[in-house]
Amino acid sequence: MKLPMKLHHIARSEMDPVSIVRQTDAAHAAHRRRLARKSASEARGGVTRRSTLWALSAAGLITFFGIWWLAAAAQLIPAMFLPTPLAVAQRFVDLLTHPFVGFTLEQHLWSSLQRYLMGVLLAMAVGVPLGLMMGWFRWLDYIVSPLFETLRFIAPIAWVPFAALWFGTSVGGPVLIIFAGAFPPCVVNAYRGAKQVDERLLEAARMLGLSNRMIVCEVLLPGALPAVVAGLRVAAGLGWMSLVGAELIVASSGIGYMMVKGQAAVDTATVMSAMIAIGMVGAVIDLLLGRTEAFAMRHRRRARQ
Amino acid sequence: MHLVMRSARSVVSPRLGCSIVTLATVLLLWYAVTGLTGMVSAARLPSPLDVWQALVQVTVEGYADGRLDQHIVQSVKLVLYGFLTATVSGVPLGLWMGQSRRAQAFLNPIFIMLRPIPPLAWIPLAIVWLGLGDAAKVMVIWFAAFVPSVINSFAGVRNLDPSLIEAAEMLGLRRSQFVREVMIPGALPMIFTGLRLSLQASWTTLVAGELIGAVRGLGHLLTQGSLDIFPAMIVVAMLTVALCGWLMTVLLGLIERRSMPWRPSR
Repeated sequence: MKLPMKLHHIARSEMDPVSIVRQTDAAHAAHRRRLARKSASEARGGVTRRSTLWALSAAGLITFFGIWWLAAAAQLIPAMFLPTPLAVAQRFVDLLTHPFVGFTLEQHLWSSLQRYLMGVLLAMAVGVPLGLMMGWFRWLDYIVSPLFETLRFIAPIAWVPFAALWFGTSVGGPVLIIFAGAFPPCVVNAYRGAKQVDERLLEAARMLGLSNRMIVCEVLLPGALPAVVAGLRVAAGLGWMSLVGAELIVASSGIGYMMVKGQAAVDTATVMSAMIAIGMVGAVIDLLLGRTEAFAMRHRRRARQ
Repeated sequence: MHLVMRSARSVVSPRLGCSIVTLATVLLLWYAVTGLTGMVSAARLPSPLDVWQALVQVTVEGYADGRLDQHIVQSVKLVLYGFLTATVSGVPLGLWMGQSRRAQAFLNPIFIMLRPIPPLAWIPLAIVWLGLGDAAKVMVIWFAAFVPSVINSFAGVRNLDPSLIEAAEMLGLRRSQFVREVMIPGALPMIFTGLRLSLQASWTTLVAGELIGAVRGLGHLLTQGSLDIFPAMIVVAMLTVALCGWLMTVLLGLIERRSMPWRPSR
């Protein structure tokens, strides 16, 4: 199987490094243990005990928050610019009940999420079928690829002026920008998935006289599923980032808007609270799609073992 | 010789022919619905001719307080500052985390905590801290590029072939030799993947940062075009951003191929 150069290039760049680390964590620990068994000196020097690692992890976090707290509490940086971690936590809780620029934190988040879901679902609904069809029909690939390759290099945020021009301040603006962010990974990964379907399986299906519809449902879609879901995960992340960018510039509510207003009022605690909220929602989205990905990959892993 | 033959074959490939035909068709269609018939009003979508005129205007006379080359130099400068500092600080940190369990245990929780915050969300904080100048943009670009370069270098070391590590151990390589001869060459493909992601993130962040506030640069060109409702200039700015991003990615690809001569060229 040979992908055309450019799309292959992107596909490779979306290998998930975090999953590599997670997968190799256990293997490396086992390897070290095996080595350690060979010589007593290495048992002392080469392997770090699990409790030590936990202590180091705790120490890392304590160092991070400690430096932050010290710099803020000792007034090295004025409290206006760097509030203590505790002050940020208080502000975060405060924002849950007291509205800031018209809405509370969860109301801002909710209006952001609505836009986000619209943009991302639209990108998925258009991008995945397009990518699959590009992988299936060569003529479509030849027609769409050059356009796609040209437009892909425009950063999603660069669509902001046109979003404002075409949609004004309505919901369409942010949705366009989220779409611009989430669309490419959907297409690329669905394309890759469709191209990766084993030729032999297709031949076997044809030989067995399956109808085209059956081939698509029974061979193409299940074969492409893992790559598609991996693409959805990347798309969800990029969409979330584009949403934040869009709301920083064109919006009158939402979590990004809240940050801009906090910035204008030099209310650093509010800005940091919004960052925490953005990080938490982003992490939850990634976690959910990570679970979905593991679920979609379960057959594949079993087959490989 | 081999290269010449390859390019000669690709010139006649159906893919390239189709690409040219498609792009030409789309350009013609674009011209037909905007300039020729006026089906879509010029305030919504400029015609290719308008775009060309805007390009000439910004290159010769200048627009938004500068000529096109000044805007480009400003933006490329910021991206390079942020990207290079992120590479220099991120790759060694990632390599260190990859080869030492202790370093991983110490640093990884902080990364896990900070990673879900998208780089664009740092922009307001950077503005509060450093104002609207170049420093705030470089800080945000640095952060945007830092995370992928650390994580990919980290994963690159982890992705090393275990048999290579065992062979190195068996042959009794010293630590420095191991790093130089096995670890870095083995991790290079992933490191470059990380750098490519970093570069993309740098450009996105730069555009966002300059849209929010700047006195010069491609993002400022975008903002000014949208304030003046000058869609042709917006298109010029968008295309320039895309072109610059593409050129830098190509350049990085060339460096990648140069630094890994043992890998077969694709």
